[in-house]
Amino acid sequence: MEGVQLNLISKERLDKMPSMEKLRMILDSVKEGKIVVLESGLTPEEEAKLIELTMLEIDHENFVGIEVESYPHREKSLFSRIFGKKGGRLTVIGPANRLKTLSKQEDLITALVQLGE
Amino acid sequence: MGIILSLKKRFGFIFRWIFKKDKMRIGIYGPPNAGKTTLANRILRDWTGDVIGSASEIPHETRRARLREGVKIEVDGKSLTLDIVDTPGLATKIDFHDFLKFGLTEEEAKRRAKEATEGVIEAIKWLDDLDGILLVMDSTEDPYTQVNVTIVGNIEARNLPLLIVANKIDLPNASPARIKAAFPQHPVVPISALKGLNIDSLYKAMAERFG
Repeated sequence: MEGVQLNLISKERLDKMPSMEKLRMILDSVKEGKIVVLESGLTPEEEAKLIELTMLEIDHENFVGIEVESYPHREKSLFSRIFGKKGGRLTVIGPANRLKTLSKQEDLITALVQLGE
Repeated sequence: MGIILSLKKRFGFIFRWIFKKDKMRIGIYGPPNAGKTTLANRILRDWTGDVIGSASEIPHETRRARLREGVKIEVDGKSLTLDIVDTPGLATKIDFHDFLKFGLTEEEAKRRAKEATEGVIEAIKWLDDLDGILLVMDSTEDPYTQVNVTIVGNIEARNLPLLIVANKIDLPNASPARIKAAFPQHPVVPISALKGLNIDSLYKAMAERFG
């Protein structure tokens, strides 16, 4: 069966991974043409780091970047500000030439996945 | 080292509040073509008579961050000295084919794309050396882009003062209200950097937010 592979990664699995391992896994999967769905998303710092790593890996031929779909981060409580506990939200990441955002609202994201090249 | 950096990010706002600087270093951020350089030029032209760089309809015209130090702004008798950093547009993808549509040769387009990727990295690195952010959004575009969400998230994580600039209100389909609805926790100032519309309100908001 032909199609696009989706990797749905649970919060439990993500929580066990150090940031760099998480980002490496995402980028390697996306470069292979897969779509990655993260149950708990990334922290803002991880998102910025992912953009940095993506820019380093763009080769202008086969890989032109990523498309990321996630919701705005929830405002942090005083507790999380002090203790640094942050939680991302459901996030979908895919190759820019395969995943396209159609519309994005506060609570609804519509995206299109292209099957062939 | 990581712990110190993490503490600096988390509690930086307390130190900034106690040890107020004479001079604030303000970064102008946003996606490509939002009008960052046009705004930087407007601010500099109004207060120094100079400009910082050239703006263009081709995305990623600014591919190196540009710093202008000691820009003095005076609003309602209140004086504020700023270092202005005009940063390259942030993006999650850069495809040289997009530049070909603007008449660039393949070689020029590829060079521009390569420099643009380096510019994005530089813009992200600058976040750690700033005291406040002007986030420029195009009022005619959907504000819920991943770039906007990521920038706002990172500014909030660093507890930096943020002012959202809803630019291009001179265009007929501009909707600053959409930006206000998308980021209700932050002040939004609608302006046209190109025409200078409502620019005094921006200076007043800057004096309040960064002063």
